[in-house]
Amino acid sequence: MGLLALVAGGMVLLIIGYLLTNAWPAIQAGRLGGFFTDTKWQPGSQRDPRFGVVSMLTASFLVTFLAVALALPVGLACAIFHRFYAPPVLERWNRRMLELLIGVPAVVFGFWGLMVVVPLLIRLAPGTPGQSLLAGSIVLGFMILPIITLTSQAALQAVPAAQLQAAAGLGMGRARTIWCVVLPAAKGGIGTGVLLALARAIGETMAVVLVCGNIPQIPKSLFDPVRPITSTIALEMGYATASHKALLFCAGLILVLCTALLVGWISFRRADSDPGTGGA
Amino acid sequence: MPSVSKPAARRASFRWLDRSFAVAGGMAALVSFGLFAWLIRDLVRLGMPRISWEFLTAEVADAGRSGGIGPVLVSSVLILVCCLGLAIPLGTGCALWLAEYARRGSVPARLVTGGVDLLASVPSIVFGLFGMVFFGQTLRMGFSILSGGLTLACMILPMLVRTTLSALEALPADLRPAAAGLGMTRSTTIAKVLLPAALPGIVIGVTLGIGRALSETAALIFTSGYSTRWPETLSDSGRALSVHIYDLALNVANGGPMASSSALVLLALILVVNSAAVTLSERWLLKRHQTS
Repeated sequence: MGLLALVAGGMVLLIIGYLLTNAWPAIQAGRLGGFFTDTKWQPGSQRDPRFGVVSMLTASFLVTFLAVALALPVGLACAIFHRFYAPPVLERWNRRMLELLIGVPAVVFGFWGLMVVVPLLIRLAPGTPGQSLLAGSIVLGFMILPIITLTSQAALQAVPAAQLQAAAGLGMGRARTIWCVVLPAAKGGIGTGVLLALARAIGETMAVVLVCGNIPQIPKSLFDPVRPITSTIALEMGYATASHKALLFCAGLILVLCTALLVGWISFRRADSDPGTGGA
Repeated sequence: MPSVSKPAARRASFRWLDRSFAVAGGMAALVSFGLFAWLIRDLVRLGMPRISWEFLTAEVADAGRSGGIGPVLVSSVLILVCCLGLAIPLGTGCALWLAEYARRGSVPARLVTGGVDLLASVPSIVFGLFGMVFFGQTLRMGFSILSGGLTLACMILPMLVRTTLSALEALPADLRPAAAGLGMTRSTTIAKVLLPAALPGIVIGVTLGIGRALSETAALIFTSGYSTRWPETLSDSGRALSVHIYDLALNVANGGPMASSSALVLLALILVVNSAAVTLSERWLLKRHQTS
């Protein structure tokens, strides 16, 4: 039993170890300097191979933050509505639907984005390729919307009933209770949900590879095609060799580092807020 | 007068806030609902016309532009079997150790929990990289169904550990002293009492894991590969349904129609699996609620 636990717990070390060994040739050759400063990514070029990951890091962060910026207001409003305004039947069915929506495969979201969102953007902004930063953010935003809604709703529900009763006793109305009591108390839980959504979004591959356009460049507008880091790995791993391959493993390491930091932050916050009750 | 009018103004502003919460919230709920309906409607509209028994069983032809998805479905099922074959014993074993053997809060227990939590955060494409070099190259499995399944097993492991652990922790505390009072050893207690009692929770975890494994693409591209032939052994390369959709959408010109039919099949499978999980967990919670 202990052995199985050891394997399960140590799996992540094995993964990081394998990434490191495979990335090592590039780290040793001192390529990491150019990795973070060079803005050009042309691994296939014979004459002048350049491996700069800046444009793809920028793309990853932009797509992720835009997606959260789109999904957070909608998700939070939806959670407040479910908790305080909607009739229980509606809340129940909508929650069920969101739970199912979480399970919809990323590749289906991506494909739908390609067939529906991209043509829509072309119609909205003629002359642009459609596959763009904005398309990626919209599809990704849709994908993380159920996560944000459900975690926010759980955070709103976790506010102790005593606080609501106290607010009612003070003669506070519904909106005032939400604004002055519930939201401040649930802030931590909502923040955790956002961090979870960020971790999910930054590691997402399939939804973005289909709709972002896959041109490695720093976008000048929302309608420019971009190529996040995850797409690069998915697109190039199949034919990469030698140092190119090692650099893709470096990119994988960067991704793990980002999500590990987010998850570390989440568990740190949980540990921080556990002893107190209510978190207010 | 200001002392009177100020609270009144505030009350008015909160009435306005109340109304805007209701309107904005209702609209947001409508958007999320509409999104789901939109997604389903589009996929049904684009994919439904080609769905038939023929489509589900025929071979893939012309890089996927015609024919069916028969071998792809078979490969998906085989990948799933490999995945569960490793993930269920490993996940259950780990959860049992955490719940029954390790002292709570001890350093080893916290390290294992931390490791599993960290594993849950690893992006799926990174699992793909890892699976490619570890299962594919180090263990010499190459591009194979086995290698893809095992990679997926690593990916759904945290989910299984978590659901099994919470099922074990939710068991009534007096089960263990009662079993000890009957003279049962710890391993008998686990095999005859705790595991059967926690089985519903484990089943829910496995169902969720199946859903996750079915929907995964990125981890499979470099592990189980692209081959569309009928798989004969587990060491053959085989294309999962999600990879089929990805390939048709990205690499095959005019692959859209077939991709949408495949996407519809995948979505239907996922919805069935996940609603089973939701229904199971609700029924189980209800039953526990009534008996306790």
